[in-house]
Amino acid sequence: MAHTPQPPDAGGGATTEHGPADPGPPGPGENAPEGHEPGRAGALGPPSWMALAFLLPALLFLGAYMLYPIGFSVYRSLWDAPGTTFVGLDNYVRMFTNPPTFVALRNNVVWVVVAPVVVTVAGLVFAVLTERIRWATAFKLVVFMPMAVSFLASGVIFRLVYEQDPERGLANAVITTVQDTVAPAGDFPDASPREGSGVEPADGGYRLAAQVSPGGEPALVPLVGIAADDLPASAEPAAEPGAAADGAVTGTVWLDFTPGGGGAEGAVDPEERGLPGVGVRLVDDGGATAATTETADDGTFSFEGVADGAYTVELDPRDFTEPYGGVTWLGPTLVTPAIIGAYLWVWAGFAMVLIAAGLSAIPRDALEAARVDGATEWQVFRRVTVPLLSPVLMVVFVTLMIYVLKIFDLVFVIAPGSVQADANVLAVEMWRVAFGANDQGMGSALAVFLLVLVVPAMVFQIRRFRRENS
Amino acid sequence: MTEHAWRLRGAAVAAAGALLAAGCAPGGGGAPNGGDLQGVQLKVAAKWTGVEQDNFVEVLSGFEEQTGATVEYEPTGEDTGAYLGPKIEAGEPPDVALLPQPGLLEEYAAQDALVPLSGDAAAALEENYTGYWSDLGSVDGEAYGILLKAAHKSIIWYRPEAFDAAGVQPPKTWDDMVGTTASTLSDAGETPFAMCGASGWTLTDWFENVYLSQAGPEKYDRLTAHEIPWTDPSVVDALETMAEVWGEGDYMAGGTDGAVQTDFPTCVTQVYGQQEAAMVYEADFVAASAAEAGATVGETAQAFPFPAVGDAAPVVVGGDIAVAMSENEGTQELLAYLASAEAQTTWAGLGGYLSANSQVQPDAYADDFTRQLSQTVLDAGEDVRYDMSDQVPSQFGATEGRGMWAVLQDFLRDPGDPEATAQDLEDAAQEAY
Repeated sequence: MAHTPQPPDAGGGATTEHGPADPGPPGPGENAPEGHEPGRAGALGPPSWMALAFLLPALLFLGAYMLYPIGFSVYRSLWDAPGTTFVGLDNYVRMFTNPPTFVALRNNVVWVVVAPVVVTVAGLVFAVLTERIRWATAFKLVVFMPMAVSFLASGVIFRLVYEQDPERGLANAVITTVQDTVAPAGDFPDASPREGSGVEPADGGYRLAAQVSPGGEPALVPLVGIAADDLPASAEPAAEPGAAADGAVTGTVWLDFTPGGGGAEGAVDPEERGLPGVGVRLVDDGGATAATTETADDGTFSFEGVADGAYTVELDPRDFTEPYGGVTWLGPTLVTPAIIGAYLWVWAGFAMVLIAAGLSAIPRDALEAARVDGATEWQVFRRVTVPLLSPVLMVVFVTLMIYVLKIFDLVFVIAPGSVQADANVLAVEMWRVAFGANDQGMGSALAVFLLVLVVPAMVFQIRRFRRENS
Repeated sequence: MTEHAWRLRGAAVAAAGALLAAGCAPGGGGAPNGGDLQGVQLKVAAKWTGVEQDNFVEVLSGFEEQTGATVEYEPTGEDTGAYLGPKIEAGEPPDVALLPQPGLLEEYAAQDALVPLSGDAAAALEENYTGYWSDLGSVDGEAYGILLKAAHKSIIWYRPEAFDAAGVQPPKTWDDMVGTTASTLSDAGETPFAMCGASGWTLTDWFENVYLSQAGPEKYDRLTAHEIPWTDPSVVDALETMAEVWGEGDYMAGGTDGAVQTDFPTCVTQVYGQQEAAMVYEADFVAASAAEAGATVGETAQAFPFPAVGDAAPVVVGGDIAVAMSENEGTQELLAYLASAEAQTTWAGLGGYLSANSQVQPDAYADDFTRQLSQTVLDAGEDVRYDMSDQVPSQFGATEGRGMWAVLQDFLRDPGDPEATAQDLEDAAQEAY
């Protein structure tokens, strides 16, 4: 296909030298006056059969590998799945009334609108910035390096980067590390109340439904759901709360699960361990905190010198905060933006190198003149650099657009099965229909549709080449 | 159109092959015991690689020795349909193919891409397999396929260490599993299940087991054939039952979000490698992934039968079906050999193989675990069922991001409305049937 980018400095250089107004010397081809042509060709040029003979290998190659497949795809798209019944345009009608194709089409639009813009802008920023730094070559090399990695491998890398589990997914590891520094997780995030023990959840912490009073029954707070391995090393076997003296409230917070099963629910059994360092609050009827303390290593706590009355025992929510799980990158909503992020990683280097080459071809005196006239750096960039670069930016943009339209590998590899439908794009849909559902009629129809979408971008490219070469 | 051209080309290739074969035969010497298929070359395509491939090739070599034919094995890659489709289109299919889904068998039969079983092959099927299995490989009364290698899909794998720490035993019924086993594990700080939500086929397997046990084999068959709609109350009941596990984010490693993103071998690693969960539901082939994650099958990785939801515990079997795709000489003989108890007994001894052939004795198997599995298949007799999602049209039952896979993934994400899910399934089924 014709999307191999032309080195932009050749194009830029040509325009500045000749200028569009300058007709230049007439080419040897169709522009030459009619009268000369036949005689010259007859006398000096090779006979036309020889020209044909030289062209033949290329023609055969193009015919066999380009024209015939395109023609056959168009033809095949008019037949049904097994290829036995002619169905006319039925495949095309089905294509546009089929919800999965519609999702694919919508995603393709998102891709075409967002990805080339994002990548071109990123390339422009990198190119302009690397002009000003030392070690620019090293920096460019690093940014360009992902181009050397195959799309499939990039997909595998980013599938891991976006993994939900912060232990494995880089993106979530970064986010959760920041989040945990700002708001650390509690010691016992997995804890839940022992069912039927009168412990109930309250604002992220837990509270005892029954109220306690000084000198009364001790408060028992059994919790479960914590793996024995997750207990802090300091945790000791849970102790029964001591009998409360006058003006005192005592109790125990412990892991009410005997390893290996057994043990009575809601009672402190010999092999069960206390939960150390849990914040305990005594809240009076008005909702005011009367006293706070922390549990000892055996899970016991006690409040001394408490005024008479009824109190609620509450456990501090901070000890039970769940660690932040990170962003669901590969969920139905974020999957397409996440894959576009991976695309940016791969292609930013390409855009940067082309734009940097264009940048070096800009006449320095134009920039100098603007600076001398008192323009700020931003104004120089905005009003001089970008307009002078626009032909190169266009090349990068259109090339990316063609690549984006046929995006396949990244989507196929990165999106987990459960969101493949949400991340679907036309090329993936085409493959799936043609070789998964084995409907090569519909698959060909999708391929033809994809071709039709690419044609405008290709016409644009070809026209541009022509203009530059004339 | 060019169909004629392709056919002609296929014929030309076949003719060339025959010439070649004829040319080879006299000087070739062939097999020591001089079989009747000297010089015949056959191609067999299946998705097996690695050890599975080596074992199958060894089984094939038995045929080569008996007959003098040469059998070439072609691995198809994971997606057998994507491999065979273009080959059929080009008129050059392998002689024998192992199809992972009866749905594919029906599709190819409708395209006239299959050759019916005849002679010894038809007789072997009749003799060695129960009626259910021969029906499974038949389209419109014509027998095409033989279930060659079965996968037992009604077992739940667990980590005995986690069960010991929580003091629980493998449950016998679904209610025990959800009520006692899972909740006790959860109390002990062990996440009960690892889910493989990103691999849609594992979710359809959950459904099939629950449905087969709760609604019975007869309804299972009718639902498979789409004789009853997916909005049938029995489907809604099954979904409600599944929600007892799927609705509890705390019962799944990584919560609901994590479960939907975890693909198949990863969920096994969560149980046996990272030890983040206590149980994972999938077929006997989990053994390979568990061993890769560092567990010893039979010791640190054990399995119990899928517990009974209704009256009887379900036995769902999947597997690869051998079909003839050409009329070349030797094709039917090869199928007859593969269907024989002799070939399958050899294979059973090599390991990693479960047979649906009623003539293969349990003591043919190399290990206790497979022997027990084969016993459950024999015991369930006529109530064994083949994986439903593989019998329905592949667009509905076996395509990523479509049909059952996608709807059940949505149900795992939010199991709040079983009736709406049943309606979604019915809509997807309508489109595919």
